Parts: sequence; structure tokens; C-alpha cells
Amino acid sequence: MALRQCAIYGKGGIGKSTTTQNLVAGLAELGKKVMIVGCDPKADSTRLILHAKAQNTIMEMAAEAGTVEDLELEDVLKVGYGDIKCVESGGPEPGVGCAGRGVITAINFLEEEGAYEEDLDFVFYDVLGDVVCGGFAMPIRENKAQEIYIVCSGEMMAMYAANNISKGIVKYASSGGVRLAGLICNSRNTAREDELIMELARQLGTHMIHFVPRDNVVQRAEIRRMTVIEYDPEAKQAQEYRDLAQKIIDNKNFVIPTPITMDALEDLLMDFGLMDEEDESVIGQKASAEA
Amino acid sequence: MSTMTREETAALIQEVLEVYPESAREERAKHLTVNDQEVEQSKKCITSNRKSLPGVMTIRGCAYAGSKGVVWGPIKDMIHISHGPVGCGQYSRAGRRNYYVGTTGINTFGTMNFTSDFQEKDIVFGGDKKLSKIMTEIEQLFPLNKGITIQSECPIGLIGDDIEAVAKQAAKTLEKPVVPVRCEGFRGVSQSLGHHIANDAVRDWVLGNRDEDTSFVSTPYDVTILGDYNIGGDAWASRTLLEDMGLRVIAQWSGDGTLAEMENTPKAKLNLLHCYRSMNYISRHMEEKYGVPWMEYNFFGPTKIAESLRQIAAFFDETIQANAEKVIEKYQAEYQAVINKYRPRLEGKRVMLYVGGLRPRHIIGAYEDLGMEVVGTGYEFGHNDDYDRTIKEMGNATLIYDDVTGYEFEEFVKRVKPDLIGSGIKEKYIFQKMGIPFRQMHSWDYSGPYHGYDGFAIFARDMDMTLNNPCWSKVQAPWLKSEEAAEAAVAGA
Repeated sequence: MALRQCAIYGKGGIGKSTTTQNLVAGLAELGKKVMIVGCDPKADSTRLILHAKAQNTIMEMAAEAGTVEDLELEDVLKVGYGDIKCVESGGPEPGVGCAGRGVITAINFLEEEGAYEEDLDFVFYDVLGDVVCGGFAMPIRENKAQEIYIVCSGEMMAMYAANNISKGIVKYASSGGVRLAGLICNSRNTAREDELIMELARQLGTHMIHFVPRDNVVQRAEIRRMTVIEYDPEAKQAQEYRDLAQKIIDNKNFVIPTPITMDALEDLLMDFGLMDEEDESVIGQKASAEA
Repeated sequence: MSTMTREETAALIQEVLEVYPESAREERAKHLTVNDQEVEQSKKCITSNRKSLPGVMTIRGCAYAGSKGVVWGPIKDMIHISHGPVGCGQYSRAGRRNYYVGTTGINTFGTMNFTSDFQEKDIVFGGDKKLSKIMTEIEQLFPLNKGITIQSECPIGLIGDDIEAVAKQAAKTLEKPVVPVRCEGFRGVSQSLGHHIANDAVRDWVLGNRDEDTSFVSTPYDVTILGDYNIGGDAWASRTLLEDMGLRVIAQWSGDGTLAEMENTPKAKLNLLHCYRSMNYISRHMEEKYGVPWMEYNFFGPTKIAESLRQIAAFFDETIQANAEKVIEKYQAEYQAVINKYRPRLEGKRVMLYVGGLRPRHIIGAYEDLGMEVVGTGYEFGHNDDYDRTIKEMGNATLIYDDVTGYEFEEFVKRVKPDLIGSGIKEKYIFQKMGIPFRQMHSWDYSGPYHGYDGFAIFARDMDMTLNNPCWSKVQAPWLKSEEAAEAAVAGA
């Protein structure tokens, strides 16, 4: 099987890292060889696989060694649950330096060191919430991730973000092979959430690949720095992640997304009661004036 | 060859512009003009200080070059850190020949390169910590430095290093001025913005340092030299004239300059400004804040020197005015001998210039003193106030070209056929290969000084040595020579 490279995007705090690690654990259980590349200075994309607080990152190690050229692949590549290979790009503290450059440097390093040449089935890039600069688009440039999964929920801001990310994908899709491969709904238990995300997916030209229900077992596993699949393989939630993994293996629905206008998005939110019709008479009115 | 008429020059510009695509042609047309001394404001005939066009060879530098290379670099007792990757500092190191007195590496640092030598990790994690460490090391290794400047290279502006905070902290620890300069190369259209940014840094971090200090004993004859970078010793050849006429030069910016001189500058009675382009900003500021007037002068060639000495003297009392006449008289035999020797060898020769700063207009007088004519001139990074000052210096119907492209310059030269070209190192070998005598007029072609009476003698010698060098008769290939001889024979028949 040819190597498939996938990138996970989505609004900050939506559960990208948790979802990625759980579904990757599911893939591993199904016999797939997988690598996770964390592309977030927080470096929390691999801790559930490695049972670690935070993995030593490529950029940290490079800074210690002097230059990135002084690093060896085995210094930065750790193997965890299910023989999943883990690397973290790492990056600066908030407010200094250039995190985007860290992602670029790290991915270039992995390529030069032949991290992708091993017999891998999947690589998953777990990317910082917003594509704030070129560095965070690195995973979807040519010859990198071809499949993008967006994690979202039935909340307004998560859907805004999903639509914005789709716009970014369109930009890169026109010059390369990157495609939107589906929305993963990480449920927040909002009303008619599945229908809403399915409708958003339809309008974006893609599909909701899986609806991951909310379950406290995820948090219990996290406290133990484990995926649900490892912590409690019999749990219902473990089966959900296995289903998601299987769907990703079988997925053939790769599209250039059709991002929707703000108006269309607001209409959708109003249809599902997440937003009230805009009352233009109140715009710019202070509380004192309205009293 | 006879001088071109206004129509011929205008036609030449049109012809040269023709090869450009339409949008480029429209844009470049605004930067080329036929000089007309009647025009009062250059904005009516020329556009300047605009972004260069993609696809042409331009001869400009960057904001970092303007700050580190021009304004700050020559301050000899400070250490200037090129903050960023190693190349910007290393490839420009010591290239400008700003002479200075001192022991390099002990109490002066002009020709050394200090850099934070950025690696990937510094980009990703930021260079702040490295920068403060460098300053600690500098203090240990070079304790006689009087202060430090941080010259930002491009990446600093992208990754947002807080060099101001680092500078403030270091200034406290080191108890010396530490000056952050935001002169990232991508800012502005040329080195010109770098001069401005560097001037602003002087204003914000240096100029007020001794406002409360009354220990400096002033005299009524205190002047400063601003905008002289002491290339090949220029400022020394200028300073001596001012001192000869009884003035006291309390500061030189920035050639052979020191931090203390800079700090004391507001205590001067008059700021004398040679390179208007690179230091007019700080001159204006001192006029506003400290009431120190400023005045432009020109020390290239005896005519302009005498004019300038008299103008400077007019600002002071009769003693100084009388002294100015004495100085002119004292040097008269000397400069007349230079003219007598070289003028017959250079008379009627035609020159094209393309340089930066003040030179496209300031050197004209020196050539004219030798009987030569400047038939084309232009600025790399001038603004319209520079062109305002140029129109009157240039003859009617001569060529003026702003931010000239490599192509335009070559075409102009082919048609105007000057006897000498004065421009930069990038142009030098192209024109020499075309068989045209060339002087590199940025660093005086490793010669100088050219300022003052002393400099004029060297200037005249250099122009003669270049122009009348016997090599120029040997540059034509023999097979071309015979063809030309044949043509000449036909034409003569």
C-alpha cells in the first residue's frame, strides 16, 4: 500500500490532538504502520501514544545540538503504543521567534533524514489551530499531506474555522494534489449536531466521515496519558475511534472544497437555531441608548 | 563629439524606453529627463524614491546598508552588531573605506564584523537571548567600547525579536548606550529609508544623552561636520580647512566619529551638512529641538570650496570671514598648480555620473574646475529635494536619470559616448570592457581623499591617470580596428 499522508486541522481546542492519537491507535490496531508528526509548538500531539508529558522536539534538540544538521533521526523519533512512530516539530515559547519556521525546518529534516522512506502506511500531521502563516501550511504543500481532515463540532466558531480552512485548501489544491477528505465531528452534544455538520459537509462538497460522540472515558484515558483504545479497549468509545480509522482506510472521497460565503454559513446557523436573525436596528446601539 | 541638443536627448530617452513593455515604459519614463535649468521644482520633470521595477538591473542597496553601512558603521568606538545571519555584515565589512584613527580591536572597531550569525534555531526560538549574550561577551572581550548598536537584518522584523527590550536591559547592565535600529532590509525602496531610520535612532537613543551635562565648554566657533564618512580620509581634508579658518570642529559624523562627539553635537553653533540625503533628518531635528542651525556645503573642487568657505564664514564674525579669505588665498597657489597641470590634459572631456548620496551633484564643480563637463547624472536613491538641488548644477539638455537600470545606463553611454564614467563597482567592469575609462566613485576607487584642497589634487591626478591611460588605445580587437580604419578611410575620401 502506498504511503498516505494526512493532515488534521481544526479550530484550537476542538480536540485535534486527542482525536488524531485515538484514531491513529485504531489504525495501528488494524495493523497499519503509522507516524504522527506534531506541528504545534505546544508539542502535545504524541503524549497519549508515548505516555509522556511532552516529547523532546526536533527544534529543541536542534537548539541543544547546535544546528539541525547535527541531529540524527533516532534522536527525535520515538516509538510508542502499537509501534506508532512519533515526532514533534516543537517551537518557541509564545511571543518569540518563528513557530512557522520551526514546522518548516522540522519537516525538511524528516524528509532529508528519510523518515518517510520506512515502510509506512500513514503519516498524520497534527497542526496548530489556525494556518496563521506559511509555516503552518507546510504540511499541505506539494508532496506532503494529500488528505485533509477537519475536526469540528456543532459550535459556531468551529464551523467558521472549518470553512476558513477549506478556503486555505482551495488555494493549495489548485497548484497541487491536496484534497479535503472529510469533516470529523467531535461532538459537543449540541442539538442536531450530526445533521448540522452533515449539512455543512454537503455544502463544502465533502462528507462527515464520522460522528465521534462525547464520552468521559476520553478524559479518563487522557489523565493516564493513554488513548481510549489502549486504556479501555472494550469501551464503546474505543469502537468509535476504530470505526473512524476503518473509514479513513476506506475513504475515497477526496475533493477540492467549495467554501461557502459568510451569508450562507449564517443562514445555515440560523436554520439550526445557533444564531438569531440579525436585527440591523440594534447595530451600534449602546446599552444606555437601548434602555 | 559635440554636445547633444535638447531634442536629441529627449529622442534618446524615448528610444531607450522603447524596448520596455508598456507599463514598465510608463513607469521608467517618469525617472528620465532632459535637464532644464529653468525648472524650479524637480517634481515637474522627474519622479524619484520609488520601488524599482522587477526584471531590471538596479544598483540600489537596502535599509540595513543605509544604517549599518552608511550612518552608524563609521562611529568607530561603538560596536555595531549585524543582528541576523552572517552574510549582511561579512560581505559589507570594511568595504566603504571609512578611515579612522585608533587601534582596531582595542578602542576602535570600524573594520571588524560583529554578528549574531543566525542559525535555524535562532529564527525559530528568537534571537533575544543570543543577542544579550553577545553583548556580555563584547563587554568582556572589548571593554573599551563606548556603546553598542543593534543593526537589524531582515529576519528580525519577521520573527519579532524585541531588540528594544534587550537594548534597554543591556544598557542598564553595561552602563553604556545600547541602540536598537530597526533597519530590516525589506523596509523601503532603497538604502535611503535606512538613513532615515538610523537618524531616528540617533535622535531617540543618543542625542539627548548629555542634555543635562554642563561639563562641555563651548566656544562661539563650534561647528560640526555631518554627512562626511571620511572615505579615504575625506573628513580630515575638510576638517583642516574649517580649523584653518578658526572654527572648532566638535563632532564628525560619522567618518572617524565617536559616540561622545555625537552626544555633544547639539552643543554646536552650526551644523555643517555635506551629505544632505543621509543626514538632513537629524539636522532638521537638532534645529527644531536645540535651535542649532544647519547649512549645506560642498568641498569638491576649489570653486565650490571657496563658495562654501565664504558661506560658512558669513555665519560667523568678521575675523572668521577674513580667515576664510586667507585660507582660500593660502591654498590658491597649490590648487592653481593642480589646475595648470591637469586642465590641459582634461579640458573638454565629458563625464557621466551615476552614484548615491550627494555626489551626483556635488562633484560636478570639481570636474568643471578641470575643464570637464558632466553630461549625465543620476541618483541611486535620491529624493526630489536632491534633484531640486541638481538642476542648477547641470547644463541644459544634459541627461538626468533616477534609479537608472543597467540597460538604460549602457544605452545612454553608447550614444552619449562620454570620455569618463564615474559610478559603482557593479558598473565598473562592464564599461571598462566597452573601452570607456571608469572611476569607481563610491570608495574613490581605493584612492582619496577627494574633499578639500588636498583631495582636489588627488581627484585631478586620478581622473587624468584613468582617462589618459594608454591602455584605452589597446582595448579594441585588431580585427575590429582594421574595419574601423577602413570605414574611416572611406569617410575621409
